[in-house]
Amino acid sequence: MSERGFGPSSDQQNTPFRGGVSVIDWRTSISGGVLILLALIIAFLLDTPWENVSTFRISRPRDEWAVGNLVVPSQWFNVIAAVFLAFLGTRLFLKGGGRWTALFLGVGLVVLAITFLVWATSGKAISLTGMMQATVVRAVPIALAAVAGIMCERVAVINIAIEGMLLAGAFAGALFGSLLGGWAGIICAMMIGGLFGLLLAALVITYRVDQIIAGVVINLFVLGLTSYVSSQVFSEFRWLNKATPFRAFKVPVLGDIPLIGPVFFNQNLFVYGALILVTISTYYLFHTRHGLRARAVGEHPRAADTLGINVIKTRYAHVIVAGMVAGFGGAWFTLGSVGRFDENMTFGKGFIGLAAMIFGRWHPLGALAAALVFGFADSLQQKLSILNTPIPSEFLSMAPYIATIVVVAGLVGRARPPAAIGKPYVKD
Amino acid sequence: MTQNQSDINHKLQKLLAPTLETRTDKRDIFLVPVAAVILALVIGAAIMMATSVAPATILQSFVAMARGSVGSLHAISETLTASVPLVLAGLGIGLAFRAGLFNIGAEGQMVVGGLVAAIVSFSFTDLPLAIHLPLVLIAGLVVGALYAAIAGFLKAATGAHEVISTIMLNLISFRLLDYMLRQPFIQKEGRSDPISKAVLETGELPRILTFVDANLRVHAGLFIMIAAVILVYWLLFKSKLGFAFRVSGENPDAARYAGIRSGVTIVLAMAIAGGLAGLAGANQISGVLGRASPGFSAGIGFDAIAVALLGRSHPVGILLAGLLFGALEAGGRQMQVDAGVSIDMISIIQALIIVFVAAPLLVKQIVPAWLWDRASNNAATPDDEASKPTKDEKGETNV
Repeated sequence: MSERGFGPSSDQQNTPFRGGVSVIDWRTSISGGVLILLALIIAFLLDTPWENVSTFRISRPRDEWAVGNLVVPSQWFNVIAAVFLAFLGTRLFLKGGGRWTALFLGVGLVVLAITFLVWATSGKAISLTGMMQATVVRAVPIALAAVAGIMCERVAVINIAIEGMLLAGAFAGALFGSLLGGWAGIICAMMIGGLFGLLLAALVITYRVDQIIAGVVINLFVLGLTSYVSSQVFSEFRWLNKATPFRAFKVPVLGDIPLIGPVFFNQNLFVYGALILVTISTYYLFHTRHGLRARAVGEHPRAADTLGINVIKTRYAHVIVAGMVAGFGGAWFTLGSVGRFDENMTFGKGFIGLAAMIFGRWHPLGALAAALVFGFADSLQQKLSILNTPIPSEFLSMAPYIATIVVVAGLVGRARPPAAIGKPYVKD
Repeated sequence: MTQNQSDINHKLQKLLAPTLETRTDKRDIFLVPVAAVILALVIGAAIMMATSVAPATILQSFVAMARGSVGSLHAISETLTASVPLVLAGLGIGLAFRAGLFNIGAEGQMVVGGLVAAIVSFSFTDLPLAIHLPLVLIAGLVVGALYAAIAGFLKAATGAHEVISTIMLNLISFRLLDYMLRQPFIQKEGRSDPISKAVLETGELPRILTFVDANLRVHAGLFIMIAAVILVYWLLFKSKLGFAFRVSGENPDAARYAGIRSGVTIVLAMAIAGGLAGLAGANQISGVLGRASPGFSAGIGFDAIAVALLGRSHPVGILLAGLLFGALEAGGRQMQVDAGVSIDMISIIQALIIVFVAAPLLVKQIVPAWLWDRASNNAATPDDEASKPTKDEKGETNV
């Protein structure tokens, strides 16, 4: 029985993230419309008294090089932001954005988020540094998930299973971190992630299971397995789920720079790891021979095969490495924060990582930028619940998901996935 | 004469063998799922052993699973109750599959459908059951359909992949539910936790076996499920729209050349899928739970994906798969009570079943070849009898 019985193995399914439908220029119009809508939201919903100012603290008084506070007149900022967004939106609507649509949309979302923050802090004060720090921390799993996604999709394997790999990594991090210590926890998390990468690779490359089905199944399996063990074993033996998380350590000198220091150079291992992995994967994919080969496999496997590249081996290797990256990202949830595993604790971060991958146009640096936007939204939501805004917290926590939909709808087609994506390679 | 005829039959069959994959297909259709279930149970047992569950307890848990799913009238009632939403949502997912769409959003569609059904069910007082109950169900159906249509529209208009958009819509629906349950017109009076008012009696799906035993929970949703199976079968295989769905799923280019409008097809397929999921949500609220609470959908929408895969997107297959999963669900609860093994074991077994069903090659490698061949031969005989009874009567066609 071929896999065809499950549903169509059609072109449409074989070209995900692009769709088999003829796309008119709906995308730019929708993006433009969204930007105009954002401008209207800012103009009418987020207004404050003219005399109010928003205060952002940058340094703590005892810092090496202390810097004064950033004070912004709330309403002025609001008006300028609304006008700016309306301008961008109208331009997109009337003229079309061409290849700048992604940038416009990204800028629009960032401006909205900042305006929101200014509005929420109007008449109050918050620590900008603390918020940026939280942004970077929260961007870590998303960025790592996105890098894992890129490694897979560049060799034309869709990896919906990233969510499950993150969860497996989080679980392994907690379990082995408790048993053997933090470093062993990370290594085991990466190995378990790699194992699930191997499983995915075997299913989709060797057994030619539909890639999305294989991913969904792995997600279900990991969710079931981790929930089972955590309710069957962890509830009884609590010491198995009590790892010591990694603490932040400050890079000398660089860590003392105001704003940038605490944000990038006074973090825990996972933040540095993510930044390094993004750099390495960028260099690998676009500046090495092997990266070029990998991309060739993703674009045109037959041609790559003709040139003597082993398509199957390349795909296996990349999917396994992607699994390891996702496993490392998963360990963040336990070893990077509280050290305890909870059921389904990744809560859709893997999927947001996939959205970040699309947003970043299958490029690690772009994905990192997108992950920072999502991380910002995340930390914003956390801060706003402290600031006591009239907007219910549920709507704030929806914001990243809505943003993901907007991004995916606004960018697909502009951002082109590797050409062979989703298709199993059969050698004649 | 008979000899001659069967000979011709035989030759014809041989001649057509390369074009007709159906015979081997049919073997696989029955054997692969059976092998998958057995393998999944074995691996499940291995996992239990790995988590230091005693062998006696493992045996006990399998016995409990059987007892809790088919062991008594009460158990069968529980199995059917658990199957209804799985089959309903699974039908929707299967139908979307056929149209080339992967609807991961059944869970979210169930949530919004069920929520609105709950609101309708306690907001209208003094309506007779004959009007109120259909209203509740239709509300769930329509809202689920609209919610899914968002993803369909985005796909048709912009090409946004439905997997990502439906997953996001799921997450949004959970937050929305949490928010709505705290609104004064929904929240139960005098409660501080998010829980809705109770469904009025006229909005409840009546239980159908209370004359035997008042504790039997199986309800009129069972009839809705059967009707839905028939309706979806008709829609998919006997109607023009269903043909359009299947063509777009099998070959979008052919669909385009045949003048089928892909955009409309996508939106409609998603809407019907969402409608069925919304109906499943309404069914849960009105037939089982009696009120909406956070997480009332309980992952049924995700399990339904597995049901649709296992049922190979065929309404009858989905019905059978839904009954199996309902049995696992009911049996799993018994297992948790009797043997103290966490019910999460069931989701592991379910995922494993799907892995094996999705990768028949894998099953064939795990199951030893001689066993497989023997099983295939055994299975082929009743299968042939079922499909071609007249020929078997005539003579010795089976060689």
